[in-house]
Amino acid sequence: MKAKIIVMPKKTVLDPQGKTVKHALESIHFKGIKDVRIGKFMEIELEGGDKAALKKQIDEACLKLLSNPVIEDYEFTIES
Amino acid sequence: MKFGIIQFPGSNCDQDCHHTLSNVFGQPTHYVWHKETSLGDVDCVVVPGGFSYGDYLRTGAIARFSPAMKAVADHAKAGGLVIGICNGFQILCEAHLLPGALIRNRSLKFICEHVQLRVETTDSPFTNACKKGQILRVPIAHGEGCYFAEPEVIAQLKRDDRILVRYVNNPNGSVDNIAGICNEGRNVFGLMPHPERASEKILGSEDGRLIFESILAISHRSVGLQPGRSWYVPAPHVVSPLRLSRRNLQRSAMR
Repeated sequence: MKAKIIVMPKKTVLDPQGKTVKHALESIHFKGIKDVRIGKFMEIELEGGDKAALKKQIDEACLKLLSNPVIEDYEFTIES
Repeated sequence: MKFGIIQFPGSNCDQDCHHTLSNVFGQPTHYVWHKETSLGDVDCVVVPGGFSYGDYLRTGAIARFSPAMKAVADHAKAGGLVIGICNGFQILCEAHLLPGALIRNRSLKFICEHVQLRVETTDSPFTNACKKGQILRVPIAHGEGCYFAEPEVIAQLKRDDRILVRYVNNPNGSVDNIAGICNEGRNVFGLMPHPERASEKILGSEDGRLIFESILAISHRSVGLQPGRSWYVPAPHVVSPLRLSRRNLQRSAMR
């Protein structure tokens, strides 16, 4: 099983990387871009087991280590 | 006063801090390896700058789980002094010993230069040797020094007079120009600038001395550092700064 985790800067947090990439896209003539935000994507290989228990475990990992709730939001899926 | 400096893999200001505390101020100072579960005999812990664990994931995110940090948290809880400089500030935030977080500089650039800091309050063990409003010239060297916290947290910090130093010219986009804050008990201080790199004339500024002189001034008072009891008694007679002249400090350091 595999957990796929997306960590994104909160809406209220300044994302200078996203802003810079937005400008870069515009400079190479991509049109109609409203906003760019840059976050992180993580994959965790799991040994398997009860999906509900794994979900709880990954959620805890996200809260404790993989994201910082002060500045980031996260979401994840667990795939077989 | 006895100092302990935490060393993580990737710390690189640990020796600067050791030099400043032991050679410049003549204080007994030792290193604490990140795998140690005890800090040894210390009054003040320094969490130094650097790139602990390569700054992987987020600055300070992995360092905060090291055994030594558990001991630092216990030390802080017992009212002991903790100062986190640069990466140390980032680690203290990740460890929830200080509120907020430090994110990429607004310019996305690593900034290494001297900046001006304004001392916003002298009501702390880390700024009591300064004058309120005093400007200190101290270097910064960071890529992730932009302080962020939600507006209600900032309001709380202001209400409690916990913003100890602000940038005169904000170099990194920090909310409210914040350069350094303390915790509710006022015994834990985190700041991005490096006072240890501005404590000798040969380094171009001695203004950082005032931070260490403030800490040392505490040990010269009757307020004891007793485990389980916060050193801090927010009464006016305790708070009023005991000014130590350079000569007095040197004399006490030689003792």
